[in-house]
Amino acid sequence: MTVLQNPAKSTGIGAPVKRVEDYRFLTGRGRYTDDMNKQGQLYAYILRSPHAHARILSIDTTEAEQAPGVHAVITGAEMKAAGIGSLPCGWLIKSRDGMAMKEPPHLPLAVDKVRYVGDQVAVVVAETLNQAKDAAELIAVDYDELPATVATGTAAGATGAPVHDEAPDNVCYDWEWGDKAKTDEAFARAAHVARLDLINNRLVPNAMEPRAAIGEYDRGSEEYTLTTTSQNPQLIRLLLCGFTMGLPEHKVRVVAPDVGGGFGSKIYHYAEEVIVVFAARKLGRPVKWTAERGESFQSDAHGRDHVTHVELALDEQGIFLGLRVNTIANMGAYLSTFSSCIPTILYATLLSGQYKTPAIYAEVKAVFTNTVPVDAYRGAGRPEACYLIERIVDVAAREMGIDRAELRSRNFITPDMMPYDTPVGLQYDSGDFQRNLVDALEMIDYAGFPARRAESAARGKLRGIGFASYIEACGIAPSNVAGALGARAGLYDSAEVRFHPTGSVSVMVGVHSHGQGHETTFAQIVSERLGVPMDKVEIVHGDSARTPFGMGTYGSRSLAVGGMAMMKAIDKVIAKSKKIAAHLLEASADDIEFADGTFRVAGTDKTIGIAEIAGAAYVPHNYPLDELEPGLDEQAFYDPKNFTFPNGTQICEVEVDPETGVTKILRFVAVDDFGRVINPMIVEGQVHGGLVQGIGQALLENCVYDEDSGQLLTGSFMDYAMPRADDVPSFEVKTNEVLCTTNALGVKGCGEAGTIGGAACVMNAVCDALDIAHMDMPASPERVWRTLRDKQAAPLAAE
Amino acid sequence: MYSFEYQHPTSVSAVAAALAADPDAKVVAGGMTLIPTLKQRLAMPSTLVDLRDIPELQGVRAEGDSIVVGAMTPHADVAYDTTVRDRIPALAYLARHIGDAQVRNRGTLGGSIANADPAADYPAAVVGLNATVVTSSREIAADDFFTGMFETALEPGEIVTAVRFPVPQRAGYAKFRHPASRYAVVGVMVAQTAAGVRVAVTGAGPSVFRVAEMEQALAGTFSPDALAGITVSPDGLNADIHAGADYRAHLVTLMAKRAVVMATG
Repeated sequence: MTVLQNPAKSTGIGAPVKRVEDYRFLTGRGRYTDDMNKQGQLYAYILRSPHAHARILSIDTTEAEQAPGVHAVITGAEMKAAGIGSLPCGWLIKSRDGMAMKEPPHLPLAVDKVRYVGDQVAVVVAETLNQAKDAAELIAVDYDELPATVATGTAAGATGAPVHDEAPDNVCYDWEWGDKAKTDEAFARAAHVARLDLINNRLVPNAMEPRAAIGEYDRGSEEYTLTTTSQNPQLIRLLLCGFTMGLPEHKVRVVAPDVGGGFGSKIYHYAEEVIVVFAARKLGRPVKWTAERGESFQSDAHGRDHVTHVELALDEQGIFLGLRVNTIANMGAYLSTFSSCIPTILYATLLSGQYKTPAIYAEVKAVFTNTVPVDAYRGAGRPEACYLIERIVDVAAREMGIDRAELRSRNFITPDMMPYDTPVGLQYDSGDFQRNLVDALEMIDYAGFPARRAESAARGKLRGIGFASYIEACGIAPSNVAGALGARAGLYDSAEVRFHPTGSVSVMVGVHSHGQGHETTFAQIVSERLGVPMDKVEIVHGDSARTPFGMGTYGSRSLAVGGMAMMKAIDKVIAKSKKIAAHLLEASADDIEFADGTFRVAGTDKTIGIAEIAGAAYVPHNYPLDELEPGLDEQAFYDPKNFTFPNGTQICEVEVDPETGVTKILRFVAVDDFGRVINPMIVEGQVHGGLVQGIGQALLENCVYDEDSGQLLTGSFMDYAMPRADDVPSFEVKTNEVLCTTNALGVKGCGEAGTIGGAACVMNAVCDALDIAHMDMPASPERVWRTLRDKQAAPLAAE
Repeated sequence: MYSFEYQHPTSVSAVAAALAADPDAKVVAGGMTLIPTLKQRLAMPSTLVDLRDIPELQGVRAEGDSIVVGAMTPHADVAYDTTVRDRIPALAYLARHIGDAQVRNRGTLGGSIANADPAADYPAAVVGLNATVVTSSREIAADDFFTGMFETALEPGEIVTAVRFPVPQRAGYAKFRHPASRYAVVGVMVAQTAAGVRVAVTGAGPSVFRVAEMEQALAGTFSPDALAGITVSPDGLNADIHAGADYRAHLVTLMAKRAVVMATG
C-alpha cells in the first residue's frame, strides 16, 4: 500500500471525498432556521388572500387584537405608514422602444388590492402559533372581487381588470435581442423552415425545507438580527437596509444557517423577512414565521411558464441559417427579485446553444398575471432556451429526414472555433461538443437502438430515444457588463482565509451552500493549495456578521466566482508566508518555493511548514516587523472576466405503454464538461439531482391554476406530482474535462446542468417513441394516451 | 389544528359510550385523512376517540373459509401477513400498493372503508371479494356498505370492528395510480367467488361500483379477452386535472383485463 506523503493529497482537488456535512444532515443534527428558538419568541401567522384579484375595501382587526395571546395584528396600511418600502426587483429591463419595464410597487403586505391567491393581507403575532391562527380567523376582510388574469398566452391586453394600474395592458416589458434584419434575411434564403409552438410549463420549486424567518431586535443596542432560509444572506441584508426597511446596515445581521434546498426559490427577498423584523421591532420580542407546505406552494416564487413560438431556418444540407423566437413570459403578480432578467438576459443570450447558427432574433414579452410571482428556478432561463432549441432541432431532423445525432454534429461549434462569439452576445471560451455527443452515443449504444425498439414493439411497447446537447452560462459576470445590461447588483464574490496561530484555517466565503456541499469541496481546494489537512479547514458561510460581503449562491456560480475569490485570498496568504519563510530561513523571498504545505529555499534542504509560519505570524518575536504586518489573514474579492459555459450531451431511452400512456425511462446517460472537477462524487450527485428535476418537468410536474378563478389547483403534493425515486432510472454519467480558460481553477459549474438539458432530452425521446413532432410537457399518462388516440383518429378523419 | 380532548379507550363499548356522550366527538383510526384535515382546520371535533388501544380490533385471523381482518390492522400487516398472502394474494397485493410506507404503517382497513374516499383501494377489495363488514352493532354486506362519495351505511356512533373476506377461488387487483398522490385513479378487483364473478371498480366513480356486463362475460370465460369491447360509460365518472372521465372509462376496461391476467397468472 502506498503511503501518501501529504495527507492533504487524498482529499485534494479531484478526490471523491465524502461530504463533511453528511454526518449532521443524515443524523438530524443539521441546524435549520425552524430549529432555532429564541428567548421570548412569538409566532407570526400570515393571513393570505383567498382571491386571485380583489380590492380590499376594509380590514377589521378589532376582534383579532383582543383574542387570547395576541400581541399585534399588523396590516399593510400600518407598514406603509411606517415607511416600509417595496420589495425591489434587481434587474432593469428596457422595452424595445427604450422604455423602462413597468415596476409596480410590491409591498410586503397588500394595501388596497390583493393580486394572487396567497398574497399577504395581514399578520397576527401571538404567544403561540395556534393562538395566532385562531385570531386570524377573527380578522374581517371585505373584498371586492375583480376578474382574474391567469393564462400566460392571453394576459397581454386582456380585457377586464389589469393586474396593476401601472401596466394597463398587463405588459411588464416588450423586449428584443439579436439581429432581426440578418435573421429575416437568413429565413428568406432557407431551404427548409421548421416551426413549433410550445409551452414551458410552470413549476413549483418545492425545496424540502419550507421557508422560515425569525426577526429579532435589541432595544438596548438597536441591533437587528434576521435568521432566514436564504441562498444569499448578504444580499437580503442589503435589500432590507437599502430598500424595504431602510435600516442602518451596520446594525443588521442576517443569518442563514443550514438551508434545506432552494433551487433558486430562496434567492429572493420575501415579504415574510420584512414582516418578522418589523414585528420584532414593534414588539421588542423575537418573532418567528415558518411556512406550512401549502404556504410554500402559494408563496415561494414559481419557475418557467413560457409560451413560445420558434422557427429554425436550414439550408439543403441541414445547416442552421437562422433562429427566430417569440416568447411570452409570465412574471406572476409582482416582480420578484430577479424575475425580469430570467426570460431575457439568462434566456435569449443562450439561444445559440451548441450550434453555429449565424443569425438569431428573439422577442420576449413579459406579462403580469394574478398568480404567484415567477423567478429563477434551477437553470433559470437556460432550460427554457435549451428546451426550445433541442426540440426544434429534432423537429427539423424529422421533417428533413436527417438523423438527429448527425444533424447536431453538422451544426456544432468546434473546438478550433473557440473562443466563439455567438450572435446573441456571449463568448464561449471552451468546449468539445462533438466529443460529448460521440461518447454519449457510445454509452447508450446508439447503433443498437433499432433492435431495442423492435424488441419493445414485440411486447406492444413504443420505444424512443432522445438527445439534448446543452450549453449554459454560469457564474454570471462581469459586474460592469451586467450593469450595462440592467443589473442593479454586483456579481463578484469574496472570501477571507484566516490562518489560526496553531495552524488550522477558517475560510469565510460570501457564497452559501443550500445542499451543494461547499464545506467539503471548498475545504478540498484549501487543503490542497495550502497543504493543510482537510480536517483543519473550516468553511464559514451564511452569516453576514462572520463573512465578507458576497452575493450568495445561484446560477452555479459558487465555485467559479466564490471559489476564485478564495483562490485569490489563498494566493495572498502564500505570498505573505513566503516573506515570513524567507526571514526565518534567512533567504531571499524570491528563492522560496512552496509545495504541499512546506516552504523551501530552492535547491536546499532548508524548509519550514506553513503551520510554523502561522505561529510566527501571530507570535512575531522573530519576524520582519519593519516590512510585514503580523497575522496571517487575507481577504479577496473576485469579479470574473466572463461567464463559464458548462456543456454536454444527454441521451435517454424511454418506453411508452400505449394502453395506459405511461412513460418509463429505461436508461439515461449524461456526458458533461464542467471544466475541472473538484469532487467527482458531489458532481455526480448534482447531475443526478438536476436530471431528476428535468425529468420531473418533462413527465410529472405541472403547476395549474383555474383559468377563471385564479385558484391554485395544484396546491399540495396530492395534486402536484413530484418525481420520486422509482420514477427515475439509475443514471450513467461521465465527465469530459475541458478546462475553462477564463478562471485559474478551470472550473465551469455543475449545479444546474442536469436540469438544463433533462426536460428536452426526455421530451425528445417521448416524441420519438410516439412518432410525433411535438407534445407539451408534462408527458403525463393521460396526455400521452390522448396524443396517441388523436394520432390514430387523424388519418381516419382525413379519409 | 383546533384544540380537542383526546381519549383512547380499551374496548368497543367504551368507544360507543364516548361517542354517545358527545355528539361532536370523532373517531380516529390511523388518521391518514383525519389528521391532515385537522391540521388544515377543516374539522373541529370536540374529542378524538382513538381506537389504537382496543385489542379486539387488531390483527388478521383465518376463520373457516374466510379471513378476518381487524379494523385497526395497518395496511402493512395485511400486505405481509402470511395467511393473506397465501390465501388471498390479491388482497395482500392491494394492501402493499396503498400510499407509501408511512401510510401503510399507520393507515388501517377500518379507517379506510369508514372514510370511503372514492379513490381508496380497499373499497374495491371489500366489494370485489364480497366481504362482510362487521361493526359494533351488526354485519353489513359489502354491496350495502358504500353508499356514496365519503358515505357509508354506518350509523352515528357505529364503528367498523372487522372485515370478513371469504377466500375466493382466484382474484386479481390492478391499479392505475395517481401520479401525485398514488391513490387509485382506477383500481379494479376481479374475483371468482362462491357468489360468482365480481368486478369492483374504485377511483373511477364517486363510490366503488360493480360492472355487471364484465361479471357476466367473465362468468362465461374467465380470461382478459372476454372483456374485449366491454366499456363503461364516462358519464358520471370522476374527472380532474390528471384524468378525465373518458380516460378513466378506458382505464376501467384496461385494469379489469390486467386484474384478470393477475388472477389467472
